[in-house]
Amino acid sequence: MPKIIINDKEIEFENGMTVLQACELAGFEIPRFCYHERLSIAGNCRMCLVEMEKSPKPIASCAMPATDGMNIKTNTSMVEKARKGVMEFLLANHPLDCPVCDQGGECDLQDQSLYYGFDKSRFKENKREVKDKYMGPLIKTIMTRCIHCTRCVRFATEVGGVTELGAIGRGENMEITTYLEKSMESELSANVIDLCPVGALTSKPYAFEARPWELKKTETIDVMDSVGSNIRVDTYGWEVKRILPRLNNNINEEWISDKTRYACDGLLKQRLDKPYKRENGKLVESTWDEIINIVCSKIKETEKNLVAAHVGDMQSMETINSFKSLLDSIGVNNYDFREKPFYINPENKINYIFNTSIKGIEESDCIVLVGSNPRHEATMVNARIRKNFVNKKTSILSFGNPGDLTYDYTIVGNTTEDIKKFVNKQNKASEIFLKSKKPIIIIGESALELESGQFILESIKKFLLDNNFINEKWNAFNILIQNASSIGAIDIGFLKISKKNNFEFFNKLNNHQFSLLYLVGSDNLDFTKKDEFIIYQGSHGDRTAQIADIILPSPAFTEQNGLFINLEGRLQKSIKSTYPPGVAKEDWRIFNLISRHLNNQDLFKNFKELRDNTLKKIKDHSDFDVLPKTKISQENSEIGSFTNESVLIKAIDYYFSNSIARSSKTMSDCRAARSKNLKNQTGT
Amino acid sequence: MSLKKVHDKQPETFEFTKENLELANNILKKYPEGRKKSAVMPLLYLAQNQNDNWIPLAALKYIGKFLSMPYVNVYEVATFYTMYNLAPVGKYFVQVCTTSPCLLRGANEIVKVCQDKISENKETISKNGLCSWTEVECLGACVNAPMIQINNDYYEDLDKNSMEKIVDSLTENKPLKPGSYRGRKSSAPEKNENKINGTNNA
Repeated sequence: MPKIIINDKEIEFENGMTVLQACELAGFEIPRFCYHERLSIAGNCRMCLVEMEKSPKPIASCAMPATDGMNIKTNTSMVEKARKGVMEFLLANHPLDCPVCDQGGECDLQDQSLYYGFDKSRFKENKREVKDKYMGPLIKTIMTRCIHCTRCVRFATEVGGVTELGAIGRGENMEITTYLEKSMESELSANVIDLCPVGALTSKPYAFEARPWELKKTETIDVMDSVGSNIRVDTYGWEVKRILPRLNNNINEEWISDKTRYACDGLLKQRLDKPYKRENGKLVESTWDEIINIVCSKIKETEKNLVAAHVGDMQSMETINSFKSLLDSIGVNNYDFREKPFYINPENKINYIFNTSIKGIEESDCIVLVGSNPRHEATMVNARIRKNFVNKKTSILSFGNPGDLTYDYTIVGNTTEDIKKFVNKQNKASEIFLKSKKPIIIIGESALELESGQFILESIKKFLLDNNFINEKWNAFNILIQNASSIGAIDIGFLKISKKNNFEFFNKLNNHQFSLLYLVGSDNLDFTKKDEFIIYQGSHGDRTAQIADIILPSPAFTEQNGLFINLEGRLQKSIKSTYPPGVAKEDWRIFNLISRHLNNQDLFKNFKELRDNTLKKIKDHSDFDVLPKTKISQENSEIGSFTNESVLIKAIDYYFSNSIARSSKTMSDCRAARSKNLKNQTGT
Repeated sequence: MSLKKVHDKQPETFEFTKENLELANNILKKYPEGRKKSAVMPLLYLAQNQNDNWIPLAALKYIGKFLSMPYVNVYEVATFYTMYNLAPVGKYFVQVCTTSPCLLRGANEIVKVCQDKISENKETISKNGLCSWTEVECLGACVNAPMIQINNDYYEDLDKNSMEKIVDSLTENKPLKPGSYRGRKSSAPEKNENKINGTNNA
C-alpha cells in the first residue's frame, strides 16, 4: 500500500483516497465546508487548505488525490494563516445574526470560525444581501447566509435525482435557487437542511422552536415505512420537536425521507388521550374501568368465530405478540395484519423479506421491479437503487409503470402474461437477466395483490432457484413490504391463512361475517362498516376512530419501547423518547387488563418477560441490527393459478400514508405543494 | 454587474423557426453522443438571435427539452454568461467596454453620453424604444480603445463627439458605419499604416 507522511507521521492509505481522507485516517482534523463523503468533490470553499512539500502554495486537500511519498503538514503557520484568510473571506459577506439563526449551536461556520478563524474583520464595505428563495413547505431559506458550498445542489442532483437546485449568476452575485422558485419535488429534499453547513437552509416547521442544547435526544428507529431508518428524536418536554437521521450504512446511510423527518408534528395533533365509548351515535369520554368492562362483556357475549382482530402498520412486535397471546387465550381465530389482500407465503423467511439486503443493492448488475414503486413504497431503498444506477449505469427493468423513479428504467411488460414469459425465458428481459451475475428482483405488494399474485411470487421464486440465483452467496429474491409492522407480524404468526386460501380474513371481513372487530392501530384497513361492533385501540383519532364504538387510547411509536423488523429482516429496537398524552396506556398493559378481567391472570408479568417471549418467536433470529440467517429450502409451494391481467401499481398517497402523517400539518402542506406542481406541469 | 433579472412580461411559447431548427440540428452534430448538453451555449445564442436579442423563459424550457437536460441547468448557464440577455433590449443594443484599457482611454465619457442620450440607467430602453445600453467587460479590442459594440459591430477609437454622433444616428434609426472613428484601418498604426519599425513590409 502507498504511504504518505502527514505531520511527520507516516501512514498507509488506500489508492484513490484524497489528501483530506488520508489526514482523517492519520487522525488530523481538517476543517471543511463544501466537502462531503457522499457527494462529489467541488473544492470551492477552500477551507481545507494544507501545506504540501515542494508546493509554494497551500493545496485544497479535498480535491487533491493522495499519492505515494507525499509530505503533508496541517499544523504549520502557513496553514493556520491560510485558514484564517479563507475564514475572513467567508465571513466578509456572512451576516452576524447568530442570535436569531436556527443553525446556532450546530453551525459548522460558527464552530470553525471559533477554532480556525480570525477574531476580527477588516471588511469595511457593505455586505451583500440576497433575496430569500421559496423551496417548498419544508425548507426555510435565508440566502444572505449562504457561503456557496453547493452541497445542496450536489445532493439534489446526485442523491435526490431531481436536478431542481442550481447556482445562478456568477462571482459575488451567485445565488442558490430552485428553477423559478418552485418547491423541490423529492422525497429526500429536507436532507439539504442537514447538509447546509450554515443557516441558509433551515427547517421551516422547526423554525424558532428550540435550541439544540435544550432538546432531549433519543436514538431510535423510524416506522413510517418498512425500511426502519435510524433516527434521532429530539424532544422538549412532551413535544417531539424534530427528527434527524442517524448514520447507518446498512440502511439509510445518513439520509431520511421527508415523511420520516416531518410527520412528527402529527404526534402532537388528533391524539387519543382518554377512553371513549359511543352512546347514541356520539363518542363520549369514559374511564379505563368502565371501558374495560364494556370490552370484556362484549367479548364474552360474542361467539368466538365472529370476533376478528387486526393490527395496523406501525405496531411494535411486543404489541402484536401480546395481542396474539390475548386472542389465543380467549380462542379468537380470525386475525390478520395485512391492510389489503396481497399474497404472502410465511413458510420460510426468505419468502417474505428483502433477501438481497439494502446494502446488497449496490452490488447488483441488473434490477427487475415487479409491480413496485420503490420511490413511494420505500424511499431509502429507491435511493440505493439510484446510487447503484449512478455508479454503474445498471439496467433496470420494470413490469408495470411506476412513474418517475429518479432514474432511467425500461418497462418490459405491462401484463402478467409478460411475467409468465419472463419466467419461461421467452422474452428479452429474461435474456438480459440471465446474462447478469448479480441480478435482483423486487416484487411489490401491488403485484401480489393481483389475482395471479401467488403465481407471480411462486413462479419467480422457482425461476430464481432453478437458475441458481438464490444461494448462500447471492439471493436475488426480494419482496418489498410496505409497513413497518408486517415482517414482525408474519414472524409472530399474526395471520390465519390456509394453503388453499390466503385471504380467509378478507373474504369474511368483506362479507360482513364478523360482529366484533378489535383493531389495533389499523387506520388503513380497507373495509366499509355495516353493523360490526368496533373496538379501536390506537394513538390517533383518524379514519377508524371515527367509526369505532370503543376507543382505547395507546401510545404512538415514539412513546413506548418496542421491537421492529425491517423489510430485510433486521431486528431493531425502538426506544421510548417521550410519554403518551392523557391516560393512554401502553398496548401490552391494556391487553393485560383485559386478560385479568376475562381470565383472572396477567398475560405477561412485566415488559422484560414480554420481550423475551417475543424474541423467542422470531424466525431465524440471531442478534439485533444484523441480517437474519435464512435457510434456503426447496419447499413445494403451489405455483397457483394464472390469470392474464395488467400489472397495475397502486398509487400511494405518499404524504398521507398513515395516521401520524395524516394528522401532520407539514405533511398536508407538502401534499398541497406537490399537487400544485402537478397541476402546473399538466397546465403548460 | 448585478444578478440578471428575468423580465416580468414573458411570451407564452417559444419555438425555433424552420431555419434555426436546421441550424440547431447541425450544431448538435458537432457534439458526440452523450455530450449533447454541451450544445446549450450555441443554442441559447441562436434563441437570442431569433428573439430580438433576448432569451425568454419559454426558450430556456424549450432548449432544456431540446437537449433533455434539467431546466435549472439551462438557467444557470444563461445567468452565468453576461452576453445572454434575459430581458428585452433595444433594437440597437450598445455595449460599452469599461475594462481598464478602455477606461484609461476615456470610457467614462462614453458611458456619460449613453446616460445622457439613451437612458439614465443601463439596461433600460430609451424613450423612443430603439436603444438600450450596458457596461461590459473587455471585448478584446483594446488597441482601439475606447470602443463599443452595437449589436454585432464594433465602433472603435471613440471620443465624446463621435460617440454623440453615433448615438444620435441610432435614435434616428439610421446607424453610422462601424469601424474606427479616427480613420484607422482596423488596428494598424495610425500614421504610416503599412509600416512597422520603419519597414514597408508589414
